[in-house]
Amino acid sequence: MMPQASGPGVDGVALGVLVFFFAVVTIGGFIAARWRRPGSMHSLDEWGLGGRGFGTVTTWFLLGGDLYTAYTFVAVPAAMFATGAVSGWFAVPYTILVYPLIFVFMPRMWSVAHARGYVTPADFVKGRYGSRGLSLAVALTGILATMPYIALQLVGIQAVVDTVGLGGSSNAFVKDLPLIIAFAVLAAYTYSSGLRAPALIAFVKDTLVYITIIVAIIYVGWKIGFGPTFHAAQTKMDTLTPAGKPTGVFIPGNANAYWAYATLAFGSAMALFMYPHAMTATMSSKSRNVIRRNAAILPTYSLMLAFLALLGFAAIAKKTSVFGSDGLANTQLAVPHFFAQVFPSWFAGVAFAAIAIGALVPAAIMSIAAANLFTRNVYRDFIRPNATPHQEAFVSKIASLVVKFGALAFVLFMDKQNAINLQLLGGVWILQTFLAIVAGLYTRWLHRWALLVGWAVAMVWGTVVAYNQTVPNTKIRLVDGKPVTEVHGQRHFGSSVANFPFTHVTLYIAVSALVINIVIAVALTVVLRAVKAPTGRDETVGDDYYSDSVSEEVLEAELASAGAAGVNPAAQPAGSGATREDT
Amino acid sequence: MQRSEAQLSNTRPAPLPMWVRIVVAALLIMPIVALVAVPTYSNADPELWGFPFFYWYSLLWMFIETAMCSLAYVLVTRARRNGGAR
Repeated sequence: MMPQASGPGVDGVALGVLVFFFAVVTIGGFIAARWRRPGSMHSLDEWGLGGRGFGTVTTWFLLGGDLYTAYTFVAVPAAMFATGAVSGWFAVPYTILVYPLIFVFMPRMWSVAHARGYVTPADFVKGRYGSRGLSLAVALTGILATMPYIALQLVGIQAVVDTVGLGGSSNAFVKDLPLIIAFAVLAAYTYSSGLRAPALIAFVKDTLVYITIIVAIIYVGWKIGFGPTFHAAQTKMDTLTPAGKPTGVFIPGNANAYWAYATLAFGSAMALFMYPHAMTATMSSKSRNVIRRNAAILPTYSLMLAFLALLGFAAIAKKTSVFGSDGLANTQLAVPHFFAQVFPSWFAGVAFAAIAIGALVPAAIMSIAAANLFTRNVYRDFIRPNATPHQEAFVSKIASLVVKFGALAFVLFMDKQNAINLQLLGGVWILQTFLAIVAGLYTRWLHRWALLVGWAVAMVWGTVVAYNQTVPNTKIRLVDGKPVTEVHGQRHFGSSVANFPFTHVTLYIAVSALVINIVIAVALTVVLRAVKAPTGRDETVGDDYYSDSVSEEVLEAELASAGAAGVNPAAQPAGSGATREDT
Repeated sequence: MQRSEAQLSNTRPAPLPMWVRIVVAALLIMPIVALVAVPTYSNADPELWGFPFFYWYSLLWMFIETAMCSLAYVLVTRARRNGGAR
């Protein structure tokens, strides 16, 4: 039925298209260093934040490239394909919920970062609480949570490589060669161009993604029909497994499913902007208004994500095979195989390029963000306090290489289930920095030591609980064309939801841990304040949280006054906006 | 893009009028409340173009939220400017 998917042959046309787009973005990545060329690339502001000058459109592509990654493209439909709404569709409310949060919190973060020259969230925590320890905790959490995320981008590329037919070689080196080449090239242009490289490539990535998804969803609506698609999904989800439970959830129908779905969505939304790469993309924008405008226009990506998620159901309806070239079932292959099954080779190639380039953009931003954290909050704070901007940029470049090749080694030498498990843990971990960062934007009431203890307890608790979620470790192997289920004992990290302590309410583990984190931090703050423990020096002042770039405000005023007067802004004499604003 | 290095204005703008704060808060909180209240929309019916209610209702909120965030943006920037921000 689908020779591309299960046969050993290489789909030459699809591969050719894939290689073509890869070459295009490679050239773009190196040219990016010249884009709005700075006087010198040798500072973190330039290399790590793109000169802090990105406007609305660039920030939109950058954040989009950041938030909707190759792994999202592969994993969300895979989750829909495998178990339905609670583990898959929750990503839609999640990406909707995130924007009100951005609208409220991120402009303050941007302002204080700009006023004080902060590059990372941990910089802010150090300045606000006067605590290198708390800052180190935030930095290490960020690095730890980002690493598996980068590794998962590679898993996304692997799914594509396997589908094109390059994964079938028995020689491990030949099999992984495409991945190694892709990453070496990525590492090279990130090293030379910094954040400008992913910002430029993001344009190509999103164009391909939008084309692919729109064509795919038209195909689903026209050839399969939405009704039959949902019907097939419902039938699959309601089918009982050998253990006597439904396969998945089509529509959440009981209290536990409601709680799980709601906390997964809301918890992920809160966690998203604690990730260093999301913070980096925000801080690189040129004004507060760019961020707010983006909060208003970014939801278009949520629509794409929803369509993409539905492709998981479409794959159910089309009975797409998810057996990889190794003969094992892998739901991550659902969408790449669906593309190979329904599209002509050349367009499947475009779709694969969308996924592969969709991996390169976030991987670049993530490695830059992790490198910035290391440079500012470990290297400068603990190893070389008086590092020059030149040294900082150099250390960051090296650190970004180390991070990327660490992720590569992880994917090549360990089972990819480990990367998925760690990604689940990453979400649990990163949310534990939420309290120190977001509460810190508004108040100094919480005590730095209380925050540190709350963080530590929640990290350990969350890790242990996630580890204890065991499920049978099943593998489905294709033997003579028939699927055979094998069970290999138990597997840890089987679920991202668990009962809240002492209750039977099922919540996202990250949210439960955050509740524990908050309770401890508040209680200890009361105690520490009562005994007058030293609170540390706060270097920020109230006005820092409102600082904005002047030029942007003037431009705003110009446009608005022109609009109010019903005049074409271009026809306004220069400077009229500024004078009008003084009235 | 054509402008050079942005300068920083480090002066706190006038606080937003109370009605703006309340309206903006309501605009931003409504999508969160609507989507977190899962039991209010976990039904299959009524369907729309083959989409069960649960699925199209989530998508509908995406459009509503886009409108609400845009409105909140306009309200905040207008109020800041009219308040004699600097």
